[in-house]
Amino acid sequence: MIKRTHFKSSPLPYLLVAPQILITVAFFIWPASQAVYQSMLLEDPFGLKSEFIWFENYVLLFSDEIYFSTFLRTVVFSSLVAFLSLSIALLLAATADHVVRGTRTYRTLLIWPYAVAPVVAGTIWMFIFDPTLGIVSYFLHGIGYEWNHRLNGNQAMALIVLAATWKQISYNFLFFLAGMQAIPKSLIEAAAIDGAGPARRFWTIIFPLISPTTFFLMVMNIVYAFFETLGIVHAVTKGGPAKATEILVYKVFNDGFIGLDLGGSAAQSVILMLIVITLTVIQFRYIERKVEY
Amino acid sequence: MRRHLKKTILSISAVAVFSTGLAANSWATTDIQWWHAMGGVNGERVNKIAESFNASQDEFKIVPVYKGNYTETMTAAIASFRAKKHPHIVQVFEVGTATMMAAKGAVYPVEEMMADSGIKLDKSAFLPAVISYYQTADGELLSMPFNSSTPVLWYNKDAFVKAGVTEVPKTWPEVFAASKKLVAAGYKGGFSFGWQSWVMIENYSAWHNIPMGTKENGFAGLDTQFTFNNKNVTDILSSIAKGQQDNLFLYGGRRGDSLPMFINQEVGMWINSSAYYGGIKKQAKFDFGQTMLPYSPDVINKPQNSIIGGATLWVLKGHAKEDYKGVSQFMNYLSSPEVQAWWHQETGYVPITKAAYELSKKEGFYEKNPGTDTAIKQLSLNTPTPNSKGVRFGNFVQVRDIINEEMEAIWNGSKTATEAMDDAVRRGDKLLRKFEKANR
Repeated sequence: MIKRTHFKSSPLPYLLVAPQILITVAFFIWPASQAVYQSMLLEDPFGLKSEFIWFENYVLLFSDEIYFSTFLRTVVFSSLVAFLSLSIALLLAATADHVVRGTRTYRTLLIWPYAVAPVVAGTIWMFIFDPTLGIVSYFLHGIGYEWNHRLNGNQAMALIVLAATWKQISYNFLFFLAGMQAIPKSLIEAAAIDGAGPARRFWTIIFPLISPTTFFLMVMNIVYAFFETLGIVHAVTKGGPAKATEILVYKVFNDGFIGLDLGGSAAQSVILMLIVITLTVIQFRYIERKVEY
Repeated sequence: MRRHLKKTILSISAVAVFSTGLAANSWATTDIQWWHAMGGVNGERVNKIAESFNASQDEFKIVPVYKGNYTETMTAAIASFRAKKHPHIVQVFEVGTATMMAAKGAVYPVEEMMADSGIKLDKSAFLPAVISYYQTADGELLSMPFNSSTPVLWYNKDAFVKAGVTEVPKTWPEVFAASKKLVAAGYKGGFSFGWQSWVMIENYSAWHNIPMGTKENGFAGLDTQFTFNNKNVTDILSSIAKGQQDNLFLYGGRRGDSLPMFINQEVGMWINSSAYYGGIKKQAKFDFGQTMLPYSPDVINKPQNSIIGGATLWVLKGHAKEDYKGVSQFMNYLSSPEVQAWWHQETGYVPITKAAYELSKKEGFYEKNPGTDTAIKQLSLNTPTPNSKGVRFGNFVQVRDIINEEMEAIWNGSKTATEAMDDAVRRGDKLLRKFEKANR
């Protein structure tokens, strides 16, 4: 007789994971599969006539030279936003970590922008930089620099990078600061006694120890730049001038909700989904190895 | 426990009784949902129209709902139609016409609805340039014109005096000449414009009686192709681009974004919708005027007529038959001379019926506000030709975006006018083919 431990199967574990699975199915699997299905349809906006056309929407998309340049633009935009917001937040957090008096005020002020909705953030920056009415463009004009983001694509790109970065700094700041405060003071003091200066202490002790936070934030920031910046682009430039600020997620919105081309828009959103999944997988497989927990 | 149950049953029945009471109440008048895109002051005017209609009878109640800008309103209506929760009436801008027309199962043509409800619709009372945009090839009226405008040349009279411009420009060479004087007098630029596809492509073509696309600008079939990369259009665009070097022209963004440049007196002339009348009147701290669009004398001796922009009211199918009687009554009320004349005088939109125009004349509105009849005169300058009765292209919202992008490429110097228009036509034709395929 074979001796084995026999567990009585119980429905309890299934019940416990059921809510999680239900939520995933309802909010991810179901809409995602709808998007995939929609991306293979040619349909009028009202949904009165629809034809299944397999991958024709994708073929059309990839035969469009503009789609490729939108893709490159998105890469530039996202890397700039992620890099800038991470490094500025890191700098601010490192400084805040040293502040002794008025810490609370300082932190609260830094966290505020996170509570601002993307569209509002975009509108604020649009007003500041408005070529005719804006205060900054007025000063720039005073020092002999012509600011007109309605015509100059690079200026328009700079403006949305600025707005998107500004909004994300608070979020990054919070996590960096929490990460830094979790580092035992004794470690840093020991290094100080050994004669390490502030810069050296930061790069050899603090920076490696907060690497899990940095890694997590990097993933979050890329996802933010890819998806959540839609409101900013819509409020500030609407993708113009001459497509200079049209990033992938804005094109999805514009073709689908403004142009009412649902099939083409769905095809783009499927591609966008694949890009982000791939990016996340790469980050977890290769970069995470360098992270010390 | 039992007491608890009793209490629950009691409260449920209370709710039931209460809600039947509510339902019985709403049977007295039938609600008619009207989704519109008129924000701000015009939104208040829309509410006023609805209120006065509601007060005029007690069978129906028009409920106006603001749904955001034109594109947002149209998208909202389409999404709600797919979910079977759509309004009776939706305001759709002119570029959405082809999309709405193609949705035969969703749209209840206004003319058919009025006939079904036994309300007479006199099409001859409407201005030809206004209703031709919304008629089928057989002349059936599909939607009820509501707010129509056309681009005009706005100018700063004080600036003209200061710069020594004595004659209001009638032609493009005169616009450039006046711009030179304005810049010489210290203005930042000569002129600017907004809604550039509508103003510089669609209306420039109609005004010079040249087609923008084949098949009567799309009226005669879905197999239409764009032709706006012709020499007449590219010539004017290149001369504007050339004028940019001397600040004769300043680009100020899409839609109405360049209005502040005119208001702040950076430029002395601005070409955009006649419907900016209310806004300019309220904000401008100078004496201003409006006149007809400039034309190019080497293209045409006398201008043709301009085409409209703005929106009409479309009726969506799928509600009770009785409701549409109310919708018909409301449409009838809306196009009455009194309502139209009031709407026209308040907003700067053109009066859509001849009677409303006559009434405004009789009331002395144009004498008190000189120039406010520019739009209507320009629209009815000549009987519309196939080139000037409007445009009807599928996916036109996206096509306008393409034209915007390509024109911006001219203004920032990355493309010549010919390159940009060739690209715009090529990209636009792709969208036309897609629309043709989806609506075959």
